[in-house]
Amino acid sequence: MKHEPVDVLIIGAGASGAAVAWSLADTKMHILCLDQGDWMKPSEYPSTGRDWEAKFYGEWSTSPNIRARPEDYPINDDNSPIKVVNFNGVGGSTVMYTAHWPRLHPSDFKVKTLDGVADDWPIDYDALTPFFEENDRMMGVSGLSGDPRSPLTHPPMPPQPLGLSGPIIGNAMNKLGWHWWPSDTTVATMDYEGRARCINLGHCTPACAQGAKASTDITYWPHAIRAGVEVKTHCRVREILTNEDGMASGVIYYDKDGVEQFQPAEVVIIACNGVGTPRLLLNSKSARFPNGLANSSGLVGKNLMFHPYAQVYGFVTEPTDSNRAPPTCLWSKEFYDTDLSRGFVRGYGIQFGRGAGPVFEAVASEQKGILPWGADHHRVFRRLNGHRIGVSAICEDLPEEHNRVTLDPVLKDGHGIPAPKIDYTIGENSRKMMEHGLARGREILEAAGATDICINNPIPWGGWHLLGTARMGIDPARSVVNEWGRSHDVKNLFIVDGSVFVTSGGVNPTSTIQAVALYIADQMKQRLTNLFD
Amino acid sequence: MSDPNTLTQRQRDDLRTVAGMIIPASDEYKVPGADDAAVQADILETLGRDTAPVVAALDHLAGLAGKPLAELDPIRRDEVANEFRATGGGAAATLVRVVLQCYYRDDRVLRSLGLELRAPFPHGYVLEQGNWSLLDPVKARPPSLRRAQ
Repeated sequence: MKHEPVDVLIIGAGASGAAVAWSLADTKMHILCLDQGDWMKPSEYPSTGRDWEAKFYGEWSTSPNIRARPEDYPINDDNSPIKVVNFNGVGGSTVMYTAHWPRLHPSDFKVKTLDGVADDWPIDYDALTPFFEENDRMMGVSGLSGDPRSPLTHPPMPPQPLGLSGPIIGNAMNKLGWHWWPSDTTVATMDYEGRARCINLGHCTPACAQGAKASTDITYWPHAIRAGVEVKTHCRVREILTNEDGMASGVIYYDKDGVEQFQPAEVVIIACNGVGTPRLLLNSKSARFPNGLANSSGLVGKNLMFHPYAQVYGFVTEPTDSNRAPPTCLWSKEFYDTDLSRGFVRGYGIQFGRGAGPVFEAVASEQKGILPWGADHHRVFRRLNGHRIGVSAICEDLPEEHNRVTLDPVLKDGHGIPAPKIDYTIGENSRKMMEHGLARGREILEAAGATDICINNPIPWGGWHLLGTARMGIDPARSVVNEWGRSHDVKNLFIVDGSVFVTSGGVNPTSTIQAVALYIADQMKQRLTNLFD
Repeated sequence: MSDPNTLTQRQRDDLRTVAGMIIPASDEYKVPGADDAAVQADILETLGRDTAPVVAALDHLAGLAGKPLAELDPIRRDEVANEFRATGGGAAATLVRVVLQCYYRDDRVLRSLGLELRAPFPHGYVLEQGNWSLLDPVKARPPSLRRAQ
């Protein structure tokens, strides 16, 4: 079935798709967003039930391969030590994230200039500053302005309480003389724009039943829809079609009933994340674009960056926040910048963990061999449970072309669309950085008096940050989109998600992904009269 | 919710026995073992998508034991359990996780741990502010953000 054409078609209703839809809404163009998932139902979120922790291992797993909902697509990540995690639905992975909200630093946009590796971005931090600020207001950020080692932010809400775990970590960092600071997060610490304040449900990574954690289904989308943007759910896009002029003409998608549909559009915007976006482009082959759409550079799918997480955790004698607080509260930028004496270039941010719930603690500790079977189980469990603190180094991953997303020759999703395949190895520089992070993490834990120290190197199901697979740049031979997100090859095709990242920085990327999306939308609005020139 | 009959009686017997080996009852902490009838019923009723790996794990366990686990002498039973943990792979890990996730939501166990018998939502928890003066030394440091130029 063919539908009436729209001015702008956005594929994906997650972090970047929602931001760009909201921004473009003031043009009064006819904007339609297609998402393969559905609207979320907070009454079904895990924290509403006594079995809240068990759900994390099944239908609320962060892994689409384990979760395996109809809205999910499978990902062959057998050839990667880091497994992809995401969420598919209106809100995308903002439904299921930790809400940790650092920004890339100004120096992260000039990696080649400063450190002689990778490439500089074609835009700089200053270009994004107003969009970071706008995004912080829209998402609703809590935090403390004035961090001496981070870009200046102006969170509209105060930071999360330190709780029990924060002072333990802060004392340890002060003993070592190392930087730490309350994290900016998108957890509302006061009632904000129709969202109720955080009541410490704790289990807030797999969705917040209170609505205190910002996800775009409850932040951007209500505003965008009121402004006239249309969202269609359960619509999985198979491919983008092009016309005789080499312009995108629309998309083929499967509707809720599995019926094939054609949606024509004047402009197509892809917001499917660093795995979904290259998958869609590679699935959009044609005689004119035999290697996939927008892929004359051959770089679609290449340069995948994950942020390998090197995690250390241990157990202190004092009680910690356990599951009675949001999981993250503090960060450190002590090792963020290049210091060649460490044996690697670039650096990492540190994200501290407050603790875990009893089921998670039992399962993880049994697997690590520190929680025994038998009569001593009870004594040991009572020493571990409610006493965990964690340190995670978020290591900057450099772009390497052999780390890539391709199409799996066999695996397909529920609609028969070829699934993505991940080939990824942790680079030598990242490996050294991870070892450094583990050693420093151990020092922090020891300064806190922690024992039974365990490591995850990398966190295996830690592929949250999907970056670099349709990179931004000025040179069409070395990039997929230009400096304002438009495909070099197809002049009415835009990409706004983490795929366009040139380098990854050493922090959670969602704040920067959305700032880039708002920047691209603004660039489009400024060029509406000559958008395709 | 899965049909409890998806496990055979022998498999259910072995599941109960191995669960009791993972977490035995304790008079000291006033808690049942994971072989308790209520915990076992919870496991069987909520196996769901874990049924296949749990069945695979129990088949592996049966192969190692050669006869019902409960009929082995304690020393041999421990040997089999150790072998099961070493060679059972993902299926064994799933079985253990299923036992733990049901055990640690049992009212008697949560009460013993001093935890409230409720879902986190809608009441949540109170989080204390903590000692913010700990941040003073960090605030006193000069800005040190790396410049982009």
